[in-house]
Amino acid sequence: MKTALKLDHVSFDYGQKAALKDVSFSVADGTFCALLGPNGAGKSTLFSLLSRLRIPAKGQIDISGRSLLQDPMHGLAGMGIVFQQPTLDLDTTVRQNLIYFAGLHGLRGVDAHHSITRALTRMRMSERADEKVRLLNGGHRRRMEIARALVHNPRILLLDEPTVGLDAQSRKDITDHVHDLVAEGLAVLWATHLVDEIGDHDQVVLLHEGRIIADGPAQTLRGEDRLLDWYLHRTHAENVMP
Amino acid sequence: MNHYLTAFQVIGMRELRRFFTQRGRFLSALVRPLVWLLIFATGFRAALGVSIIAPYQTYITYETYILPGLCAMILLFNGMQSSLSLVYDREVGPMRLLLTAPLPRWWLLFSKLTASVLVGCLQVYAFLAVAVLFGVKLSLAGYVLILPALIGVGLMLGALGLLLSSVIRQLENFATVMNFVIFPVFFLSSALYPLWRMRESSELLFYVCSWNPFTYAVELVRFSAYATSAPVQMAIVAGSGVVFFLLANHLYDPARR
Repeated sequence: MKTALKLDHVSFDYGQKAALKDVSFSVADGTFCALLGPNGAGKSTLFSLLSRLRIPAKGQIDISGRSLLQDPMHGLAGMGIVFQQPTLDLDTTVRQNLIYFAGLHGLRGVDAHHSITRALTRMRMSERADEKVRLLNGGHRRRMEIARALVHNPRILLLDEPTVGLDAQSRKDITDHVHDLVAEGLAVLWATHLVDEIGDHDQVVLLHEGRIIADGPAQTLRGEDRLLDWYLHRTHAENVMP
Repeated sequence: MNHYLTAFQVIGMRELRRFFTQRGRFLSALVRPLVWLLIFATGFRAALGVSIIAPYQTYITYETYILPGLCAMILLFNGMQSSLSLVYDREVGPMRLLLTAPLPRWWLLFSKLTASVLVGCLQVYAFLAVAVLFGVKLSLAGYVLILPALIGVGLMLGALGLLLSSVIRQLENFATVMNFVIFPVFFLSSALYPLWRMRESSELLFYVCSWNPFTYAVELVRFSAYATSAPVQMAIVAGSGVVFFLLANHLYDPARR
């Protein structure tokens, strides 16, 4: 499998405070990679580097084999991003939100219409296309944001704690949907601090205090332990909020 | 290039849709200058007599004098309001969506800026239409000729707003800056009184007004409304706009932290 996303010795700091220290890992096509870590581990900072809202102080980020720093347009065109905070226009319809996004990626007219229809179908949101976003529940809004991130048919999907604030059923639905997308060949980087969103065959990158402290298949990393126990053990359980 | 234009189009449509769905914003954009025109101007008409100055060729009423200044005020408020929405967008998210589009950042910011100018021009024409009902009007040609001036002034003030939004991280700070920017910029200009009147009272304030780009924005609109060329005003508005935009673009650079 080809490498979709690769970070090589990436560091970032907020002035005196180091947020990421020498972070290296890669995600292959067709892989669900859980970027696991407690609050404050540096997950959102890492996402802002991947989405080029910030530039790393050191290191290299490659998207589909090309440097994000040197060729940002190629990198951004190849990824779909779901931010932790909602980025929706609440008083417009689902379709209008997607048309706006499609336009930002250069899609218009029939092409945009087909792409939007396909993305909504993939996320089972077709019947909601003409509803105002404000009327959707939290789970549907998130699904809509994922559909939006798929409109331009990216090779990589980045999701920053996409299930925060959702009920158990919505969380499970969204996690399952995204695992289905992986089966279609998409590379997914899913930031989370919730281990029940991770399957045994998923890749886990454990980020703690800005450093990668483990990287591998969940099943291998946890050994005979439950994933939660392994996670708490590795990240110093006393520091983790229940 | 198609991609650029498509993005430009959807950014413009989004801004227009937001404007038309936010009726309160439209009404306040209309009421604010009308209060100045119909109440303030009536009250101060006698106190603030205006002599014959370019581009006017005869004595004019005070309402006629402040009309271009109020048009520029609408664009000033619109520019600031638009940048306020940028700060809000950045705090709650949509700005991130815009900035992660695969297009150069300067183009995305320029598209956003132009879209907000479009909205500002609509507000100005709505105001001018209501002003006609109260007998304050321009010639037909004046309504056409001010459009390029409005666009230029709108771009300059929008770029100023963009610059402010790039350095302000929180909405609370922004509200303070609104007071520290809008009022001084507006009152230290020729919007409400000719600068010679200011000079009679204070030489210092006269010089401050003379250095204020907003003064030239007001005068550009005024001269355009009376089909009089204003190359100096045009150059200052264009130059200030370019400087504000380049600075804003630099400050939005992701390499800055």
